[in-house]
Amino acid sequence: MANPCEVEVLNNALSGIGVDEKSLVSILTKSQNEHKKSMRKGCSKFFLEDERQFERWNDSAIKSLKAEFKLFKDVVVLSLMHPWERDARLLKKALKKGPPHYNVIVEIACTRSSDQLLGARKAYHSLFDRSIEEDLASHVKGSERKLLVALVSAYRYEGPKVKEDAAKSEAKALLNAIKNNNGDHKKKAMEEDEVIWILTTRSKPHLKVVYEQYKKISAKTITEDLEVELLLKETVECLCTPQTYFTRVFDTALREDAKEDAKKALTRLVATQEDVDLKGIAAKFEDKIKERVKGAYKDVLLGVLADDRK
Amino acid sequence: MATLIAPEHTSAVEDAEKLQKACKGWGTDEKAIISVLGHRNAVQRKQIRLAYEDLYQEDLIKRLESELSGDFEKAVYRWILDPADRDAVLANVAIKKLSPDHHVIVEISCTRSPEELLAVRRAYQARYKHSLEEDVAAHTKGDTRKLLVALVSAFRYDGEEINTRVANSEAKILHEAVKDKEFNHEEIIRILSTRSKMQLMATFNRYRDDHGTTITKNLEGDSGDEFLKTLRTTIRCLNDPKKYFEKVLRNSIRRVGTDEDALTRVIVTRAEKDLKDVKELYYKRNSVPLDQAVAKDTTGDYKALLLTLLGKED
Repeated sequence: MANPCEVEVLNNALSGIGVDEKSLVSILTKSQNEHKKSMRKGCSKFFLEDERQFERWNDSAIKSLKAEFKLFKDVVVLSLMHPWERDARLLKKALKKGPPHYNVIVEIACTRSSDQLLGARKAYHSLFDRSIEEDLASHVKGSERKLLVALVSAYRYEGPKVKEDAAKSEAKALLNAIKNNNGDHKKKAMEEDEVIWILTTRSKPHLKVVYEQYKKISAKTITEDLEVELLLKETVECLCTPQTYFTRVFDTALREDAKEDAKKALTRLVATQEDVDLKGIAAKFEDKIKERVKGAYKDVLLGVLADDRK
Repeated sequence: MATLIAPEHTSAVEDAEKLQKACKGWGTDEKAIISVLGHRNAVQRKQIRLAYEDLYQEDLIKRLESELSGDFEKAVYRWILDPADRDAVLANVAIKKLSPDHHVIVEISCTRSPEELLAVRRAYQARYKHSLEEDVAAHTKGDTRKLLVALVSAFRYDGEEINTRVANSEAKILHEAVKDKEFNHEEIIRILSTRSKMQLMATFNRYRDDHGTTITKNLEGDSGDEFLKTLRTTIRCLNDPKKYFEKVLRNSIRRVGTDEDALTRVIVTRAEKDLKDVKELYYKRNSVPLDQAVAKDTTGDYKALLLTLLGKED
């Protein structure tokens, strides 16, 4: 007979993020039919009592287990990939999955260095025989199109030089665009050409100064004022305060009610761990990861994120 | 094909010495400068600059700038730069004009290969501490700005793959946009600035087959509309760059008073590329050899350099 704590072990091994392979191996290698039967009866989360008197797997449980097992494979594949190929594939996937995933496009376009983004564009040519901008332009509809195409096309200057005057007047221009549109709900800030060209061509140091200048003339920050326009908000976050963005992604992924896609973000972030902005944030989530993540997948996450703190 | 005549084996040190001798003392030996630089390709010119710096602890370009003047100096300066650096300079000059030269921006972004355009963007940043796209954006407005920023930011797929279904549907979209003269700028800009050149050729051909006339003919119209003008230039450059260059040359010579900037720009940027083909087109169109037309319209050392780059045997 399976004892209650074995049932609990099984439950735990299959819950949370990833799967606890070691526990599963020991359970399976030590179990005979009768034993397994009582485990099935004990794990109502995964097994249902069928009307014809047998315990059957809960189909949706199998589906989510598939996703959890896949996490390790995904992190292996993605981590070993050349960063250019990785980003090109992530971009393609995000585009294919549609609007709820466009934040990944924003994330990649805004958090990579100019040369890394260029590399991703080259890899995209090799992998898909098209340019990322033509795929985006032909598949994204609406006002998001202009923003996304311009973001992936950027080759931003990376020097420290910033023109204060230009930054000041651009902060004003952004304020005008945002405030005017809060009044007139027909047009979004994302549709304003001024907003687009400022956010998609200026250098990051320049935009950080614009962000500061904006705070001075408005009661709030740009991201606070952009409440409803999520994509634009994420753009500003990734460019000006990437820590806020990454923290939020980690947080969402490690919550109890995290959806599949949110969890996949962990894999994506871990594969990108060489990003300077990311390292400090990951450390904050170490405990949460230890608590919620299981098995080989957990080991990879912790190992990779801990890398530079040795 | 190129028109430049450059020997395969040259000595950068000897060349640097010849140039130094040409600049030494009173006056300058322009003929010597032309005979050396006018017969060296980009790689060789770069080696000469390095050798000169090494031997004389001086920047050859700065030296030449101080020795020479006028159209000749401008031409030598543009000729001696690395192609990517040169394009960056040309772009910056075009942008900073009181009334920006949009067609030069179009020319550079549409007739260079994707990798070349990338190199231009890097060179531009190194020189001007700004990205090319931010400078273009800051100096242009409206739909013209949207088009130009999109064009300079493009990194087109450079393969041979084309999609006939896409060519068909986009030829339709372009025709719709053009027909009503109410140009749906967003769609036109999207297609022209993101599709690969091969794909665009397929689309333009499809357009011509479906409607019996080329898209540029359909775009003829009000020359006051800056966006339209820029759009036509874009399509011409993407569709048939050599024909476009022939036209620029023809216009630059034909004018009362030559447009030296345009003349220099085309000759200097194409001498190592396809100036020979452009020359043939010119002759076909005007029944006069390009060399002859240039000789008639220019003088002195400037003329001598241009003719040398056009392939005149010494």
